[in-house]
Amino acid sequence: MNAGTVTPAAEQALPRRRRLGRWRPLQSPGLPLLATATCAVLVAAAVLGPWISPYAKDSVDLANAIAPPAWQPDGTAAHLLGTDQLGRDVLSRLIAGARISLAAAAAATLLGGSIGVAVGVVAGYIGGLADAVAMRISDAFLAVPFILLALAVVAVLGSGFGNIILVIVVTNWPRYARLVRSEVIGIKHRDFVTLARIAGVPPARIMLRHILPNTLNSVTVLGILDVGRAIILESSLSFLGVGIQPPDVSWGLMLADGRTLLGFAWWLTTLPGVVIVAAVMSFNTLGYWLKARLDPRAGA
Amino acid sequence: MTPLVDLRQVSVTFGTSQGPILAVSAVDLAIRPGEIVGIAGESGSGKTTLCRAIMGALPDEARLSGEIWFAGTRISGRPVAEIRRLWGREIAMVLQNPMTALDPLYPIGSQIDEMIGVRFGAAALPGRALEILRSVHLTAPELRLRQYPHQLSGGMRQRVLIGMASATRAKLLLADEPTTALDATIQEEILVLFREIRDRSGTAIVIVTHDLGVIRRVCERVIVMYGGRVVEDGPTEAVFTAPRHPYTRALLESLPRIEGEEIVLQAIDGQVPDPSELGDFCPFSPRCRLAREACLAKFPGETRVTGAHRVFCWAAEQPP
Amino acid sequence: MTGLLLRRAVETLITLLLITVMVFGLTRLTGDPTSLLLPPEATEATRAAFRHAYGLDQNMFVQYEAFLIHLFEGDLGESFRLHEPAIGVALDALGPTLKLACAGMALSIVLGMPFGIVAATSRRRWVKRLGRWYGSLGQALPPFWVGLILVSLLALQLPLFPTSGYGTARHYVLPALTLAVATSSSIASLTQANLEEALRSDFIHMERVLGLPEWRIVLKHALRNASLPIVTFLALQFGLILGGAIVTERVFAWPGIGQRIVEAILGRDYPVVQAIVLITATLFMLINLAADLLYLVLDPRLRT
Repeated sequence: MNAGTVTPAAEQALPRRRRLGRWRPLQSPGLPLLATATCAVLVAAAVLGPWISPYAKDSVDLANAIAPPAWQPDGTAAHLLGTDQLGRDVLSRLIAGARISLAAAAAATLLGGSIGVAVGVVAGYIGGLADAVAMRISDAFLAVPFILLALAVVAVLGSGFGNIILVIVVTNWPRYARLVRSEVIGIKHRDFVTLARIAGVPPARIMLRHILPNTLNSVTVLGILDVGRAIILESSLSFLGVGIQPPDVSWGLMLADGRTLLGFAWWLTTLPGVVIVAAVMSFNTLGYWLKARLDPRAGA
Repeated sequence: MTPLVDLRQVSVTFGTSQGPILAVSAVDLAIRPGEIVGIAGESGSGKTTLCRAIMGALPDEARLSGEIWFAGTRISGRPVAEIRRLWGREIAMVLQNPMTALDPLYPIGSQIDEMIGVRFGAAALPGRALEILRSVHLTAPELRLRQYPHQLSGGMRQRVLIGMASATRAKLLLADEPTTALDATIQEEILVLFREIRDRSGTAIVIVTHDLGVIRRVCERVIVMYGGRVVEDGPTEAVFTAPRHPYTRALLESLPRIEGEEIVLQAIDGQVPDPSELGDFCPFSPRCRLAREACLAKFPGETRVTGAHRVFCWAAEQPP
Repeated sequence: MTGLLLRRAVETLITLLLITVMVFGLTRLTGDPTSLLLPPEATEATRAAFRHAYGLDQNMFVQYEAFLIHLFEGDLGESFRLHEPAIGVALDALGPTLKLACAGMALSIVLGMPFGIVAATSRRRWVKRLGRWYGSLGQALPPFWVGLILVSLLALQLPLFPTSGYGTARHYVLPALTLAVATSSSIASLTQANLEEALRSDFIHMERVLGLPEWRIVLKHALRNASLPIVTFLALQFGLILGGAIVTERVFAWPGIGQRIVEAILGRDYPVVQAIVLITATLFMLINLAADLLYLVLDPRLRT
């Protein structure tokens, strides 16, 4: 609030350029470039992995062990980001890790999302006892801190790529279920649904063709945000030694390996961490941007 | 007599992403101490913006031109912090929505006490809150002190707010649609309070409203606004019985009235102007029966009907 | 109000029950529970006795019932490696974790809230932008990585703090700071968002108009109104802090549930895993219930 300034004519006092309106968090007027670029790079690395990495992920080169990144005094151009204690190229392992971590995150998100959405749609649409039961069950899953739940499942089923996906699914499906369920409750009273019901369309078809597509917006947003969570969960488990197992590579596993050389080979612990942070932040930024774009109520 | 509030060629423009919007245009206005003035207009007429301008409470996007004087000192162009010192001391305001104007987490009494303490110091506290509630004729005042806002009705809350505003001993009390959110039966009682406050402490009161009934009930003077301009300004009685501006006339005619056995509803043709399309012409001309070329070319100058009654209309020279 | 409380208590109870079902279900996932719940060197006789005690030769309901009965008696099996009751191991480990979690939470509030308040009340865009950015950064930083970096910087490069271990106040600093990084950013971002919204309220505007000084408005009125949802948020955060603590404990060799559960998993000592999961989940639910209670106390609108 200001008392303004004394100017000769009001209109001439205004700045020429238009104001862009209120500022939204983490969002420029268009696509968040840095985030999208980072995601693209990571996905490319994951997909093209074996073809673009300079070395195989486990090619051992003891002569060049514990070499710092290329821009350091002792670094070599042959290993851009340095090597670990077995002489394995860090860059190649990061790329291989991208493949595993992103694949696990994507698979878990898709699987968990599918299960959660299915539960949510049915629970929201049918209501009543089924709804109450479904919600109590998902509450129970959500009640346990997710790392704890993950560890409990790992304890029973063991670790490894497949089990890790399962573990992440166990922790993420309730979020989709709750989100979709509350959306469905809002949607099912809308006119087009009522019309379909009156017309005699069977409930399964209503759910599939009318209700489900309307939830896809928020589900997609949640999914993108979930990828970040999945990456963190997977790398945490791998770091603890109960996630991805060698010879597979995961960023978390690299951090655990590099930990023994913590004071000496900084790049072994810093670089995988930076990649994790960059990945999570990028997906999150993308997710929030999408959310602001798709939700008419959000934003200024 | 020095006017309490003096506006000289005041315009307020808002900068938006769609371009500048003129909310108030070239308003000259003077309010005397102890006057009860009503500012009448539809939404979009600029009356609320004018009220905020007088207070110095315009949002950041607003640009003000012209001068605003209060109690002999110029307040336009002053930094926010200086103007805010006037709030609660020289100028007080009552807002439109009493339901959300009190902090829901504190009892009424503590909120009144807080204001008194800040304004007059802790020594003034004992019993003051109770006095204030009594002065606005609130039932069971001792109980109200301990109650929370959500336990009071809208009308009761508005009384509390009016009481607090008048307790500041401000010279000017601005009320923005004070009775709009209240039941019709309560409105009368609230309006009576304003008279009492003026009679008791000589506070000038400005009531901004779209409800002409409110103005007729309590205001001695009415200022009619349209499209950001003052179009007519004079004693309530005179303006309501013999309106000189076509808009005022149309407004009065559109009040629902009962003629014989029929309820007559007469609307004004056309629509309220788009604020981004205003300029130096009469904003009412597109809808005016008496419109002529001059109206679209330039905004009319002031015509004095009597000493206290002025109108801005090219057709005003000829009485209806 | 008591009605509300009662309902929440019942809901909590049901959820707890469901959690026991979940834990129970986990052990039955892989066929013969005795391979999970008894040490590998257990004799056939021991296994038979176990099967009988837990009703493993009968249907699921009986088994679950047996499980619950044993649970209420405080019997969650025995740790193979330590030859102690699993529940004892879990409870012993809970102490250090709770202390760490509290230290982390306190630090988060101390770091995060002022940041959020400043960001909400500042009129400068860059401050607000920084606030929101900090909020999103915290979520992306994996606690174990933060821990490693802190150790590398503040314990190895600059030997200010011990690299690991438990005991003195100095041992708390790095682990608590690690936990605080993620949580304080969430607290800051939530405080900022809620406070900004509260500052737009009508009654805040009214208070300004009545002449109350800005600091009073912000601290006494806006903040109090903004903090109600923060209270429930803090309870939720505690769950996340517990999760973060589990991982952080490995970095700092902190003798809490994180350490114990990972050791148990690697050592195939399932009873301990089970005990820790149940106890931690119960604790978390009780904290949520307490937060709801606190909310009822703080908001007079819910009391009448």
